[in-house]
Amino acid sequence: MPINYYIFLSITLFTIGIVGVLTRRNAIIIFMCIELMLNAVNVLLVAFSKMHHVAAYALDASTTVGTEAQLFVFFIMVVAAAEVTVGLAIIVMLYRNIHSVDINFLNRLKH
Amino acid sequence: MPVAELLFWFLTGLSLFGALMVVFSKNPVHSVLWLIVVFFAISGHYILMNAQFLAIVNLIVYAGAIMVLFLFVIMLMNMNTESEPQKNRWLRLAAIVSGGSLLLILVAALKDNKGSISGVSDLEGGIGLIQNLGKVLFTDYVVPFEISSVLFLSAMVGAVILGRKESANIKS
Repeated sequence: MPINYYIFLSITLFTIGIVGVLTRRNAIIIFMCIELMLNAVNVLLVAFSKMHHVAAYALDASTTVGTEAQLFVFFIMVVAAAEVTVGLAIIVMLYRNIHSVDINFLNRLKH
Repeated sequence: MPVAELLFWFLTGLSLFGALMVVFSKNPVHSVLWLIVVFFAISGHYILMNAQFLAIVNLIVYAGAIMVLFLFVIMLMNMNTESEPQKNRWLRLAAIVSGGSLLLILVAALKDNKGSISGVSDLEGGIGLIQNLGKVLFTDYVVPFEISSVLFLSAMVGAVILGRKESANIKS
């Protein structure tokens, strides 16, 4: 399986996330698109980890090359969970103040 | 066609279709459900690449916890039938065009590399198993692990402070 397939899958998922962030006006949907982009990056990290591990495994059967990438994905998930907690709290607070999650109304910093 | 390749294409199609439905469905609850489908497909990709620990963590943390949090917030706001007014059609078109050109640029830049995963679903090595990952996580990466617990604590405190009522703030 060429690594290109995984790269293109990841790029496409990332681009769909970007298009979602740019087109949608709902703050929660934008947040979900950010999660989509994080997951696209995670898929690519795991694919590269597997690629390097397979290449190193051919030379040495007891190698653990590629472990760091998977731990990196683990830490990305940890940080994403913390980020979602704070972000959803901010969205709930915004909804309580302006009774909407439409980001077109969130332009008070402009005035 | 071997079954691993067949599974790869099925999961790829499922994740891309789910991602498109996340972006383009009108109902936010449907978006959350499609995002759960995307996470399941991505977990399938992890299993296909022999990263079982990450697959399970992805399911538990993302599809289990974070998506339930999203659903709770959406239902708390009672916006499960609302469709947002899309007033600027040119802005939307410009966003799609710019995203498509980004896709084009990235694919054109990366289409010529020669690397490959020879045996995607081979069980060789097993770096994705919890034994290896746990050993490395608690020896070499124990400091970032503990720092992430501090991060969780601060995120929890921040969520509680942000989420409490404003009247309590005035009273105190």
